[in-house]
Amino acid sequence: MNSLLAATSTTAMSGEGVYNYGLVIFLMMTGLYLVLAKGNMIKSVIGLNIFQVSVIMFYVSMGRVEHGTAPILLDEDLPHHTDSHEDDHGEDDHGMLQTGSEVALASTDDTHSAGTHSPQNDTTQAMTTTESTVYSNPLPHVLMLTAIVVGVATTALALALVVRIREYYDTIEEDLVDAIESRLQKEEQAEVQS
Amino acid sequence: MIEWSQHLPVLQVVVPLMVAPLIVLFRNKHLAWLLATAVAFFSLYTSIELLSTVKESGPINYAIGNWPRHVGIVYHIDIANAYILTIVSAVSAFVFPYAFHSIQQEIVESKLHYFYAALVLCLTGLLGIVATGDAFNIFVFLEISSLSTYALVAMGDKPGKPPRASLAAYRYLIMGTIGGTFILLGIGFLYMMTGTLNMAELSEKLPPLSDTSTVRAAFAFITVGTSIKLALFPVHMWLPNIYTHAPNVVSAFLSSTATKVSYYVLLRAMYTLFGAALAAQALQLKVLIGPMALVAIFLGSFNAIKQQNVKKILAFSSVAQIGYMVLGLSMNNLDGLTGGLIHLFNHALMKGGLFMAVGCMFYRYQSVNLSDLKGVGKTMPYTSFAFVLGGLGMIGVPLTAGFVSKWYLVLGAFEADAWWLAVLILIASLMAVMYIFKVVEVAYFQEPEGDVTVSEAPLSMLVPTYALVFASIYFGIFTSPMLSAARSAAEMFLSNGGM
Repeated sequence: MNSLLAATSTTAMSGEGVYNYGLVIFLMMTGLYLVLAKGNMIKSVIGLNIFQVSVIMFYVSMGRVEHGTAPILLDEDLPHHTDSHEDDHGEDDHGMLQTGSEVALASTDDTHSAGTHSPQNDTTQAMTTTESTVYSNPLPHVLMLTAIVVGVATTALALALVVRIREYYDTIEEDLVDAIESRLQKEEQAEVQS
Repeated sequence: MIEWSQHLPVLQVVVPLMVAPLIVLFRNKHLAWLLATAVAFFSLYTSIELLSTVKESGPINYAIGNWPRHVGIVYHIDIANAYILTIVSAVSAFVFPYAFHSIQQEIVESKLHYFYAALVLCLTGLLGIVATGDAFNIFVFLEISSLSTYALVAMGDKPGKPPRASLAAYRYLIMGTIGGTFILLGIGFLYMMTGTLNMAELSEKLPPLSDTSTVRAAFAFITVGTSIKLALFPVHMWLPNIYTHAPNVVSAFLSSTATKVSYYVLLRAMYTLFGAALAAQALQLKVLIGPMALVAIFLGSFNAIKQQNVKKILAFSSVAQIGYMVLGLSMNNLDGLTGGLIHLFNHALMKGGLFMAVGCMFYRYQSVNLSDLKGVGKTMPYTSFAFVLGGLGMIGVPLTAGFVSKWYLVLGAFEADAWWLAVLILIASLMAVMYIFKVVEVAYFQEPEGDVTVSEAPLSMLVPTYALVFASIYFGIFTSPMLSAARSAAEMFLSNGGM
């Protein structure tokens, strides 16, 4: 398992596994360009959405470990899988947590030895020695669930605002809205002066 | 068993978060107002309690669910957090009671409970940003407060009139989301380098990595993102329209809380996460941030003088005041930072009071244009006097809170060997005289036109207005309680970044 992790970290640093970051940058620039350059409000909102999605992609790529799988505890990873399953049902939950976090932490180049603080240290050690499965780091993926929700809420709210703007101005082009606005303001000023 | 008072750091955030959906479910405008006000006073009580605890016995770390800091989320309350929490909740404790009459006039009755729910959610987000010690949590709470802000502002539209509030909210949404996403990206870079999201752990692991381009990129993204939220000079254009077109309560609330919280995030990022050394070196505080703050001060004041709409005058003045706060930060010395932090508190009181006074005028006149407010000093003497008192603070007349903050900023300028900076601060104060006097002139030296039977605003609006205005004078005379907190917060930031 150590060799696998080492392989992961070197490829991540040196090129092969980096193309998705290029994609992230491309998407991000596309999104920002749409937001800044387009006068059409719907296009701006969609651009904003693309921009947010690029960051989501960035986080997801960051958490990926080469040959890693979803952090779900497989049957053969159980510490005493030769024993009957009824016996260690109580330990199952703990086991799942431990393996997940242990590998996840290791996958981020193991900047902290978090796993070793845990009371179930011995079981963890036992499990890592089976070295059958490598898991991707689930934390960035979980964080992105929140970011996706935020993105959906933002887009929905923005579209709702655009609907309201269109109801009055009858256009979703920012230039036209600005033109109507300045005309209205002139009329109001004239009204005040008269 | 531990006492419930030990859970205050998290209750501060959880209680408003739980009350907001309750308000929506009850569908009763009176109950909604009552609950919102109760929540505001609860958080005021909590934050004062936290402030006194922190002053006595040092920082509190509250691990949610008892998960250790590398696994779970830890709420970290030190003197700086407690200070900002007190400001945010104190302002809401004054603004929420004021909302009752003020908002009734501006929003359709059937939507009032949604308004209060959004207001409480916004408070949740702001308190959460300040209380949390987890970098990703900052992003989450930032979005909670921003999303509710967009909705609150858009409620300022009246049927049949141009939807200017929606337009302002839309533009702020675009800017704000870019800012929020930048912050998210920056946090992602930090996580990539360190494998942790806990701010205390980040502050330990980042200094040795500060020469890598990833950390510098993270620094850039987070600084630009928070600057957008803070409305610092080049990215401030969303702010004036937001404050002008939002309902009066919302203007008062946002002007005295939202930008303050962003300022706090900027300080945290600069001093706690990246360390004062990197901040000063990479950001070139004196040559980059300082001039931007100065331009903000002069551009904001200049634009404020040109406006005919009182709310817009105050909004542009806010741009200038944010400039003062950031100027204090850019001096990078104790007096300057103390000045920035104490101005944060003083400006919250003064600008909140001023916006509330303008809200009282709007309540009777249905307009905030100078041409409609002629002679308001005679028809609404109490409201106008509150505006004058708040305005004096804005200018920085001695014995008002504004004087204290300018005093410290000037001291900071001298300490930084920049006497010309002190001169510029004084010149900018003279510009404040001009835009405040513009309103005073219309209010007191012009005869009322047309309907002179206008009476005072209801007491439920006048009392909170005066409470804030008197507070700004009280803290100008008895400076020590908040000043000592600001000073120790500044010391903490400058010494070890404080985590």
